[in-house]
Amino acid sequence: MRETIHQLEVLRYDPETDTAPHFQTYAVTCQEDWVVLDAINYVKENLDRTLSYRWSCHMAVCGSCGMVVNGEPVLSCHAFVRDYPEKIRVEPLANFPIERDLVVAIDDFVEKLTSVKPYIISAEERPVESGENLQSPEQLAVFKQYADCINCLLCYSACPQYALNDSFIGPAALALAHRYNLDSRDEGRSARADVVASNPGIWECSFVGACSEVCPKDVDPAAAIQQTKIASTVDYFMRFLMPWRKQ
Amino acid sequence: MATSNKPLVWAVFAAGGTLAAFVLPAIIFSLTLGVVLGWIPPEALAYERAIAGMQSPLAKLAAFAVIVPILWHAAHRLRITAHDLGVYADGLVMLICYGIAALGTIATLVALLGL
Amino acid sequence: MIRGPYVRPVGRYSWWLSQPRYIRYMLREVSAAFIGAYILMLIVGLLRLSQGPAAYESYLTAVLSSAGVAFGLITFVFAVYHSLTWFRVTPKAMPLRMRGKAVPPAIIVGAHWLGWAVASLLILLWVAV
Ligand code: SF4
Ligand code: FES
Repeated sequence: MRETIHQLEVLRYDPETDTAPHFQTYAVTCQEDWVVLDAINYVKENLDRTLSYRWSCHMAVCGSCGMVVNGEPVLSCHAFVRDYPEKIRVEPLANFPIERDLVVAIDDFVEKLTSVKPYIISAEERPVESGENLQSPEQLAVFKQYADCINCLLCYSACPQYALNDSFIGPAALALAHRYNLDSRDEGRSARADVVASNPGIWECSFVGACSEVCPKDVDPAAAIQQTKIASTVDYFMRFLMPWRKQ
Repeated sequence: MATSNKPLVWAVFAAGGTLAAFVLPAIIFSLTLGVVLGWIPPEALAYERAIAGMQSPLAKLAAFAVIVPILWHAAHRLRITAHDLGVYADGLVMLICYGIAALGTIATLVALLGL
Repeated sequence: MIRGPYVRPVGRYSWWLSQPRYIRYMLREVSAAFIGAYILMLIVGLLRLSQGPAAYESYLTAVLSSAGVAFGLITFVFAVYHSLTWFRVTPKAMPLRMRGKAVPPAIIVGAHWLGWAVASLLILLWVAV
């Protein structure tokens, strides 16, 4: 198999000794079928055991290996080295604080994801005896795309509004909220609206669309947010036109 | 969190954006570029023809329905763009953008009623 | 383990220059400045029209002056860009489902293009004929 030598420039940051991150370059001999994560694993195993980064599945399903490679947020297990020039620059995901090297702190996202109540909410409690909560394939198809999110946070790394506004709930969390709002078994839309339809929710989005361009799972969070804007606008006017109507 | 009032202005933004997408290139073309290129005869824009065309109530209604939402569309988008460009004084920006749009709306009404 | 998360700075004024997709976004947003100015120009035109032939003629001269035409040309380009970007994302904002299946986005965009062509033709005819 063909081998190529790549200069891997990795952003390093050690909170115990560094005041700011800096790049460190490793020369890595890569196999033709390697992904960027393989090259990083090679560094960890053979050149520098202090390098920190996250990964798990190596098959684009766990969502933990997101990094910025040559300026673009990607899953490093899904980005082939042969598609890059000799120099490959690897940075942690943008718009999150760097914990150490390529590891970012995602506390803010987890908090925001939790705030949109990303689970099925029923108006009345459903005892086990009431049986399965059935759903047809057509009903599933309505939201399936938004359920494919793997929480890789590439979309947050690409989103300038998340970069500029600390309070913005952001693409993946809003897409997840939309996923549950569209679910035929769910009755929690108004419970979610408090956060989702607020200013830091959908209204902070200016439809840059970068999130959908970088999403590895074609979730299209930008579409989810625009649809939520339309639904919330309808809600808003309904409140004036038919104040007696319960949401 | 408080309910947002954004839907109010966003609805106009969306309507104006849709309208602009459908009609604005043709309007600009027929009132400026088409004349220069000779596609539209200059007489088409002459005073007698223009005033006759615009005096029908239907034309007035159409002009209002096109101009006002597109104006508010532009005003709202510019408000967001100001923030994108680092101008964080949203209150002031809002006053300027929506203020001009409001004045433009009044001016449109005045003009159309005065025709 | 010692925690000392490092927050990277974001360019408040220059972030949009960092990626081509942000520049394209900014061009789309800036279209509003030209579109807004052009609409204001149309409003002035209506006002001048209501003030009689002399006022209207001087307005028309200004619009068809080289500066007026240059402004019209730039605004035209931005307006077309606005139309293209607006229709391109319409299927995202308003997806259609028919008989349980999603209508392909290309069909929704195509239908809008058709409507755009028809509307444009009608406007041209209304002005010219
Ligand atoms: S929406 Fe896409 S990019 Fe964002 S976290 Fe989910 S899978 Fe990743
Ligand atoms: S390692 Fe699991 S997504 Fe890349």
